[in-house]
Amino acid sequence: MREVDSRDEDGFRVDLFEYQARDMFEAHGVPVLAGQIATTAEQAEKAAAEIGAKSGGVTVVKAQVKTGGRGKAGGVKVAKSPEEARDRAAEILGMDIKGHTVGTVMIAQGADIKEEYYFSVLLDRANRSYLAMCSKEGGMEIEQLAVERPDALARVAVDPNVGIDAAKAKEIVDTAGFDAELGAKIAPVLQKLWDVYREEDATLVEVNPLVQTGAGDIVALDGKVTLDENADFRHPDHEALEDTAAADPLEAKAKAKNLNYVKLDGQVGIIGNGAGLVMSTLDVVAYAGEQYGVKPANFLDIGGGANAQVMADGLDVILGDEQVKSVFVNVFGGITACDDVANGIKGALEILGDNATKPLVVRLDGNNVEQGRAILNELAHPLVTQVDTMDGAAARAAELASK
Amino acid sequence: MAIFLDADSKIIVQGMTGGMGSKHTALMLEAGSNIVGGVNARKAGTTAEIGGKELPVYGTVKEAMEATGANVSVAFVPPKFAKDAAIEAIDAEIPLLVVITEGIPVKDSAEFYNYSIGKKTRIIGPNCPGIITPGESLAGITPHTIAGKGPIGLVSKSGTLTYQMMYELRDYGFTTGIGIGGDPVIGTTHIDALEAFEADPDTKAIVMIGEIGGDAEERAAAYIKEHVTKPVVGYVAGFTAPEGKTMGHAGAIVSGSSGTAAAKKEALEAAGVKVGKTPSETAELMREILKNLA
Repeated sequence: MREVDSRDEDGFRVDLFEYQARDMFEAHGVPVLAGQIATTAEQAEKAAAEIGAKSGGVTVVKAQVKTGGRGKAGGVKVAKSPEEARDRAAEILGMDIKGHTVGTVMIAQGADIKEEYYFSVLLDRANRSYLAMCSKEGGMEIEQLAVERPDALARVAVDPNVGIDAAKAKEIVDTAGFDAELGAKIAPVLQKLWDVYREEDATLVEVNPLVQTGAGDIVALDGKVTLDENADFRHPDHEALEDTAAADPLEAKAKAKNLNYVKLDGQVGIIGNGAGLVMSTLDVVAYAGEQYGVKPANFLDIGGGANAQVMADGLDVILGDEQVKSVFVNVFGGITACDDVANGIKGALEILGDNATKPLVVRLDGNNVEQGRAILNELAHPLVTQVDTMDGAAARAAELASK
Repeated sequence: MAIFLDADSKIIVQGMTGGMGSKHTALMLEAGSNIVGGVNARKAGTTAEIGGKELPVYGTVKEAMEATGANVSVAFVPPKFAKDAAIEAIDAEIPLLVVITEGIPVKDSAEFYNYSIGKKTRIIGPNCPGIITPGESLAGITPHTIAGKGPIGLVSKSGTLTYQMMYELRDYGFTTGIGIGGDPVIGTTHIDALEAFEADPDTKAIVMIGEIGGDAEERAAAYIKEHVTKPVVGYVAGFTAPEGKTMGHAGAIVSGSSGTAAAKKEALEAAGVKVGKTPSETAELMREILKNLA
């Protein structure tokens, strides 16, 4: 199911909470039900009193977590009164759902659901285009539907330069098998959802379920939205949607310094230039570490800007990881000059002073390599070892981490 | 022979007068590239002195092509202007457009890539190191000093891994090395490069570098099985990457079994491609093949 999988492969991305998606939908004219967030049981009760007034006192308390299957895990409960909403919220807040702790609930207006459908539009990497998926059978996990009943899931290619216009919306509902009358009600909602996708620079907009109410209205009852961080320059409001609380503290620290860092579970800190080379470095260290029982501790790509400050920031983050026992600096000087990198390391060690406590294995190659190596030889810092090859340096770093 | 770029290529640079543009224009000149001018609407009619050469600046890609006969453009424009720059180049029908820019919103790339379909422009990138035909021309940022001319064709998603692999195999050298970029939407693919290397008489063997995320390597494997008769050696970065983590490149996320390095390796090996565990092992596999060909 590459199309279905591809929605998780959209790169620098920000996944929104349901309530954020709901608000975004509302702002673009997608029909949604009333909803308010609460982080305490008391707030939930107050919200339920307001929102329940629109739906005969009935509300739904929904855990706000960025993972599927929250209903099964007990993270969605119907409440018939504000007091009941308070009690349900008290149960759900703090709950662990697939490793996500619930810190926020949304109190949503109760809905009279007649039928449930599915709709999404997402980036289709394989075809370098967009794909709309739609089904008359909503509510269930879409991965399951795609596997078990692939015919029930309509897949319609969407041209990025045309989008979901009236004709495309009709094609989607027709392909999904809706009759003309119902299709005519759903199609305009799909166009509004396309507006969300296009205008917000999303790489995924998914509604599951999209429902028809007893009164015959079409409503987006849940929403998943993934945004493209590369487009933040035209969406200053998107920064506020990022969930900084959930990030690992070291990752948050790295992000604050504009470093491309991912925390892993291991002992050998890694700094390199270029994502591919750093990933390759992780592999080489993992292989070399097998015999010592050590693994890479992180991914850190310093890109082209290996000056002293970037190197110091990177080392500072890596040395902040208590598990780290050694650090491997692997740089192939393409555009980056090795003497700049060597001066960066030298400067970083000066900046860090006594805070630099772990051995550094440095492998430099490429542009100005002789000058770079000479700078580090002259420095003769007790923590720094130079090794000429990537494989040799990885072996040395792994060995040092095992001591 | 080479693919897509050779000594006859006449190159213009979109964004030549910017910081990145002027620095790399100088490096491209040093590599022997025939740079014939730059494009900057605000500086049209002026000249820029780069690398000891007086280069004319034109208002549009079309004007630059008419004045110089340029057939390649290298774009160093900032992300927010990249889509317009690409569409301008496509409308001018430049045969090859290399987009170096990193950080372009995927919507913009999807729009300009789809706009190029059925038109005359081949796009390499975005977010890529570009293309080098050693000893002839460089359209991009790959250091020209790493390796010289030789029998190997190289195609890679990653920039620095391209450099690393060229360095490992500098004893043999390359016909052409292409960095296709790691973004979710790119112009030239592994398959396009494989097809061109297969057709290039000077390319005796091909090294293909991939990384986790997407299924481009799997599709390339299927293509190799059907269409490529030359020996191919592969390398995939990210065997030890944890699932669900982004590793810098926009495309490089693993989700489930599809897109993992192991799945890619398996697909490539099923197509008869020898896959190395590390860059040095991959280079060693290539050396054995070239020894046997000699």
